[in-house]
Amino acid sequence: MNAPSESSLRSGSDRDPEKLSDTLLLEPSRISPTRRALSVVLRSREIAVGAVLVAVVVLTTLKSDAFLFSGNGWRDLLLTPSILLLLAVGQTVVIITRNVDLSVGSILGLTAYLTGTLFADNPGIPIIVVFLAGFAFGAVLGLVNGVLVAFGKVPALVITLGTLYIYRGAFLTWADSDRINPSDMPGAFLDLGTKSILSIPVLTIIALVVLAVVGYYLYSNRGGRELYAIGSDPDAAVLYGLPVRRRVLAAFVLCGALAGLAGVLYTARYGTVSSNAGSGMELQAVGAAVIGGVAIFGGSGTVWGAAIGAFLLVTINRALPVVGISDFWQRAVVGGLIIAAIVLDRVLSAREERRLVAARDEMRKQA
Amino acid sequence: MSAPVLSRPEKGAARTYPAYSRPLWRRVLLTREFAVIALLVAVVLYANGNVENFDGPLTMYYLFLDMAPILLIALPMTLVIITGEIDLSVASVVGLSSVLVGLLHQDAGMSIPAAAVVAIIAGAACGAFNGFLVAYVGLPSLAVTIGTLALYRGIAVGLLGTKAVTDFPEKWTDLAKERLTEESSYPMILVPFILLAVVFTLLLHFSSFGRGIFEVGLNSEAAHFSGVNVARTKFLLFVLAGAVSAFAGIYYTLRFGSARGDNATGLELQVIAAVLLGGVSIFGGRGALHGVIAGVLLIGVLNSAMRLEGYTVNVINIVIGALLVLSVISTSFLAWVSALVSGRGGGRLSQLVPRGRRRTAAGSSTEER
Repeated sequence: MNAPSESSLRSGSDRDPEKLSDTLLLEPSRISPTRRALSVVLRSREIAVGAVLVAVVVLTTLKSDAFLFSGNGWRDLLLTPSILLLLAVGQTVVIITRNVDLSVGSILGLTAYLTGTLFADNPGIPIIVVFLAGFAFGAVLGLVNGVLVAFGKVPALVITLGTLYIYRGAFLTWADSDRINPSDMPGAFLDLGTKSILSIPVLTIIALVVLAVVGYYLYSNRGGRELYAIGSDPDAAVLYGLPVRRRVLAAFVLCGALAGLAGVLYTARYGTVSSNAGSGMELQAVGAAVIGGVAIFGGSGTVWGAAIGAFLLVTINRALPVVGISDFWQRAVVGGLIIAAIVLDRVLSAREERRLVAARDEMRKQA
Repeated sequence: MSAPVLSRPEKGAARTYPAYSRPLWRRVLLTREFAVIALLVAVVLYANGNVENFDGPLTMYYLFLDMAPILLIALPMTLVIITGEIDLSVASVVGLSSVLVGLLHQDAGMSIPAAAVVAIIAGAACGAFNGFLVAYVGLPSLAVTIGTLALYRGIAVGLLGTKAVTDFPEKWTDLAKERLTEESSYPMILVPFILLAVVFTLLLHFSSFGRGIFEVGLNSEAAHFSGVNVARTKFLLFVLAGAVSAFAGIYYTLRFGSARGDNATGLELQVIAAVLLGGVSIFGGRGALHGVIAGVLLIGVLNSAMRLEGYTVNVINIVIGALLVLSVISTSFLAWVSALVSGRGGGRLSQLVPRGRRRTAAGSSTEER
């Protein structure tokens, strides 16, 4: 659930105290387990977005069986979102600290090209080395962002807008006019893009493992919780003695590394890297995170939500032509979805806040 | 120190007004805006001397012809960013208005001026939708305009598909490329630009509405209590941004003689880069239009000078990106230097530097001291 935004704090302190649920101000453990479970389910953003995703898949499948039940349909359903998923996970970690990374699309393009060049220049290089190289290269690019943001004390939006240009320019200068073709790469690597284990594509498995690790870290590790604390209130985090600089730096490094990994996946999936690889993906990644309930001002949201948001974005794109809407309208639908998601957040958090304020007033009256 | 400009009954040490405690020439010359202007002049002088053909008649003509959309949109964008908001959807409005002009002219048979009016109204409506969500619903502008970036672009592409409307009367396409006079090396588009620039300068720097814009950016809560209608201010600025973007879209369409859904993709980032390069603070509350115009021109001049020298657009992108990063880094670097020099944890200069502690545009830096 999103934390109520500060700007709305002045709304409603004098609102009529509607019917009051005392339970609002009790510790969760004093509420009966079933009610607790119910309210968690009802309020979970992840479940809501997931339900929309399921609805989209079911409706599209009703229209055309092949969307889900053909071998290709099932594979594409899982495979296509995995690249955006990695970007969205990285982006979420950065957004949670109240920053943003616009350079991920350019990092993806650069590492995708690096992957192709590594294979072309060093025939016989082990695939795992290329994966590590892409990961490390992305991390270095993320480190540049992180150092500039954490030590330059300038807003991430500006810095990463600058590095978006710089990385994209470096990519295009390096690639000049040649592009990476499937013939440059070993068959085993390209097979990765289509191979499945237990009918789940390998690339999706990689993305899901990353998702699980990052999700676990954010949910239960001290470092992860500190990221939320920093995003909720950077000043308070400094006063509290949290290593703000180090954490923000690490968030950018992780985001860059995941974008690097996504670049390797991109090459494996498509086999070709042209000059526009990854351009515009940064806004899609932010969009996926926002749809998944990550607050753009930091401090709230989960990578699970962002991952489901990424699945939803990509799946809607693929579903529209099937249900007979020209795929030219895809972007309009995606935009409408993002707007709907943030308006919904706002409405829900405003209502929650009113209820909490009313509950507090009632408690005071009783005391 | 010179005598204080403001005569206050008790101007104790507790209260200082750094902006007015220095002599006029320092207040004018030692600013971000002037640094950008000086850099622009230096680049122009260097290019005139060392780059072949830079002083030719075509350079300035194509420079202004190409930079005109950015110049135009940078005006309202400056105001929007000074309030601490941001509008990422401007390039999509350019695309949408381009498509509308094309469709209305070709399919509905409207004349170009009539189609242009409809397109500008549509652009203003797009801006009003952004403004309503940001100002009255209270949503973060970064998230809203990422959404409408996709939405408006999607409508534009949805309306026209991958087709292009290229059937425009020559009278109008020529007008977009016309020169001020027969011999002049400046294109006609400068006339509406200068008009708009004057209007926006009056609005921002010489009106109470403009003072309100700065106040909103510095502290919207305080602005509210001092009588500024915060929501209306933001709303109007978004409407203006939409309308001006639509106008830029019409120009774009006529200049290239083609209306396409993907016209001007990615222009929003160029506009924002130019505005920030011109010394506007992304946190809001700081900035001036002369700096912004110099920032746009600096990018344009660098662009054409480097192209004449045979650099590719990729290298130019790297230079512009690096310039943007350096220009914002320099602000905190200067503050740090002046803090070291004064030795008291922040001299006068550092008080001028906006502190990034307020939560305005997303991506506020994590301030540690």
